[in-house]
Amino acid sequence: MTDMTLPFAPVEELGTESYLDEGHTVMSWLGTTDHKRIAILYALSITVFFFIGGVAIALVRLELVSPQGLFLTSDEYNRLFTMHGIIMVWFFLVPSIPATMGNFMLPLMIGAEDVAFPRLNLISWYLYVIGAAFTVYVLIAGGVDTGWTFYPPFSSNYSHSNVVAAAAGVFVVGFSSIATGVNFLTTIHMLRAPGMTWFRLPLFVWSMYTVSIVMVLATPVLAMSLLLLTAERVFGLPIFDASAGGDPILFQHLFWFYSHPAVYIMILPAMGVVSEVLACFSRKHVFGYAFMVYAMFTIAVIGFMVWGHHMFVAGQSPFANLVFSFLSFIVAVPSAIKVFNWLGTMYRGHIGFEAPMIYALGFLGLFTIGGLTGLFLASVPIDIATTDSYFVVAHFHTIMVGGTVSAYMAGIHYWWPKVTGRLYNEFWAQFAAITMFLGFNVTFLPQFIMGWEGMPRRYHIYPEVFQAYHVISSFGALILAVAYLMPLIYLSLSLINGERAGDNPWHARGLEWQTSSPPPKKNFRTPPRIDRDPYDYDVREEPPEPKIGKAL
Amino acid sequence: MSLDQFTTAASDYAHSIDRLFWLLVIVSGLIVGLVSVIIVVFLAKYRRGSKAKRSEMPEWLSGEVEIGWTAATLFLFLFIFWWASTRELIALTPPPGALEIHVVAKQWMWRIQHPSGVREIDELHVPSDTPVRLAMTSEDVIHDLYLPALRLKQDILPDRYTYLWFTATKTGTFHLTCAEYCGTDHSVMAGKLVIVAPQDYARWTAAQPQGDDLAHQGEALFRSLGCSGCHTPGSSVHAPDLHGVYGHLVQLADGRTVVANEAYLRDSILLPNKDIVAGYSPIMPSFSGVATAGQLVELLAYLKSLSSDASRDGAQQ
Repeated sequence: MTDMTLPFAPVEELGTESYLDEGHTVMSWLGTTDHKRIAILYALSITVFFFIGGVAIALVRLELVSPQGLFLTSDEYNRLFTMHGIIMVWFFLVPSIPATMGNFMLPLMIGAEDVAFPRLNLISWYLYVIGAAFTVYVLIAGGVDTGWTFYPPFSSNYSHSNVVAAAAGVFVVGFSSIATGVNFLTTIHMLRAPGMTWFRLPLFVWSMYTVSIVMVLATPVLAMSLLLLTAERVFGLPIFDASAGGDPILFQHLFWFYSHPAVYIMILPAMGVVSEVLACFSRKHVFGYAFMVYAMFTIAVIGFMVWGHHMFVAGQSPFANLVFSFLSFIVAVPSAIKVFNWLGTMYRGHIGFEAPMIYALGFLGLFTIGGLTGLFLASVPIDIATTDSYFVVAHFHTIMVGGTVSAYMAGIHYWWPKVTGRLYNEFWAQFAAITMFLGFNVTFLPQFIMGWEGMPRRYHIYPEVFQAYHVISSFGALILAVAYLMPLIYLSLSLINGERAGDNPWHARGLEWQTSSPPPKKNFRTPPRIDRDPYDYDVREEPPEPKIGKAL
Repeated sequence: MSLDQFTTAASDYAHSIDRLFWLLVIVSGLIVGLVSVIIVVFLAKYRRGSKAKRSEMPEWLSGEVEIGWTAATLFLFLFIFWWASTRELIALTPPPGALEIHVVAKQWMWRIQHPSGVREIDELHVPSDTPVRLAMTSEDVIHDLYLPALRLKQDILPDRYTYLWFTATKTGTFHLTCAEYCGTDHSVMAGKLVIVAPQDYARWTAAQPQGDDLAHQGEALFRSLGCSGCHTPGSSVHAPDLHGVYGHLVQLADGRTVVANEAYLRDSILLPNKDIVAGYSPIMPSFSGVATAGQLVELLAYLKSLSSDASRDGAQQ
């Protein structure tokens, strides 16, 4: 914009130069160091993988309609559920909230211009892309059939699939997590605006802080275990091979030392998002803010000490089982506390039913069920009966899909106006949120039942007595698929003809809403000074009506 | 196949697990119900525009509330932990004199060897009201023996021994399957658990084509594989006498003391240089690739028979 054209420009447009207008070339995106644009690169990439992983499991669910299978061989079936697991865990769930909303909102929420290491941030995305390239190669080359858990000696000496390439993909993408974690920790420590004290940080920032600690400390162990596995498979180094003096259980210890904390990598950010959404749409201060922070820290720390509960039947000592069982019960306490605090946040608030809130409420319900079924599995004898069955499958999908994906969708809808400056169609968004909740329950409640009755997981051919459950579950998966496709459509449409959102359609109090939407390149036109906390809603005030989108 | 083959509780242990499970279902149901009711009431009462009275809760009160529900949750969880753990601890060690059946898993079948020498594939016959101990190993990848009617499951590792024990109380035919993903045909690595009355088990055993019992077959192998060339008292080679070894402490050359259980004996055959007995030199060749998994079972049965009190089952301790 030149001086010549200035007088002719509409007045409000003068202040609306946003990060989206800073260059429109492909290179202005692929070479960007702006945390907001990197967040969008991540969002697009993980969306692609979410749908690839979704197609894989859609085929699996279709195949399972018949106890003898419909159209897949057992090898194809095994490859599909493995690809679903690998893609959903490492290429969607782990980066989902931190790499997208964390990247975008964290600097805005603490009043910073960008993250501490903008170029490292871009590198982390490229690492993701390299890891993703390996995974796409694996897909094209015929897949991998080890299960996402890569247990040797099957993965090292017996599998005839692309184990090394798959492990390489996961190995590389792990470093993208580590880079993001290091970046966030440094950013939160060094770049808080004046007045942004530790206890004025939004809970979402605290969730990013705790999740970063877990990512930085746990992910290297994943890298080690996959490297050792590759060494055994490629060079015959007998690390896990018991016939040559190795130990197959060692791999499981290393793997779960990462992969249990990885569950918290998925759920802590979800807790952060839900805390923001519940406070905003209840127009009330988060109940027990300090306890919420302590709870997240407790989860992050104790989460490192419970990995053995994945191995109650693996052949570890029964006394180790009891210790891991005990710690698993302990780590459940702070999660329960958070549920109570979220309920307390709604108490005496002004509750609105906009789409982000519906997703957040869905999260509350499903997280409660997921958490409680976790108590079943923390009990050693119940775990012995139900582990490796659909009960476990249903349990962890309730946490990861019911919890993390619900929260991810809540966050996407909550911050959509912030990121794009547009409003989506509120009716369809609410409809999709309710559909997702229902679809989720129809899919996974039958899995709890058949799991308890004895239906093992990872079964292509299964006893006919479980067919009714499988058919209902597959029908639920169909509902879920519709619920996932709807946002893809109405959110895309909102970019074309959605109403302008204005800077703060929800009248939220968080700092990220106090700059324009979408934000300018440097986030704030004047450096912010913070003199209040992010949830200072006054419940005695009449709540303002939020601005919602009607165009489709 | 009916659902009863999965869900019937065929042992006292299984009944106690069911009780714990349903207790947890009730507790969880109450909590989910409570949370749902609270959410619905709040949504209705405090919806935007409603006339309900609103004010912030005083700080001291919210602190008390926090401590209250944290403590309540903690105690509830500790109670469940205590209940579950006592179930587990009671069932930890098999009673002495349990009937020992060997299970060898391989892609994708189950080989069962009874102490009488009877073998079966994908079927496991056991007597009811008798403690049964399964000593299990795998020939290839990790498998897992899952017996839904007994609410039991145990991973089976290659070159390792794992154990499972139970006292079935209900006769009938139940499902048996693999629960640890093991490759292509994992989902059809299934079989039958047949629980019969003890006298029927004896009759069934007698009706099977009879070989020698396992220990005698092992003794023949002990000679044909050449073990007896060194491990006999009169041998010119300096090798330990194997009488009375099983279940007892062995002093090793590096100063450690180990119990000679199945795992130790097995390792000593396949990896003879791993644990050298004090006072002997590492001259024994490895029998890895020479003795098959089935033959190892027989050899071990023979070695156990050399210990007079093998039935005391000291190997577990």
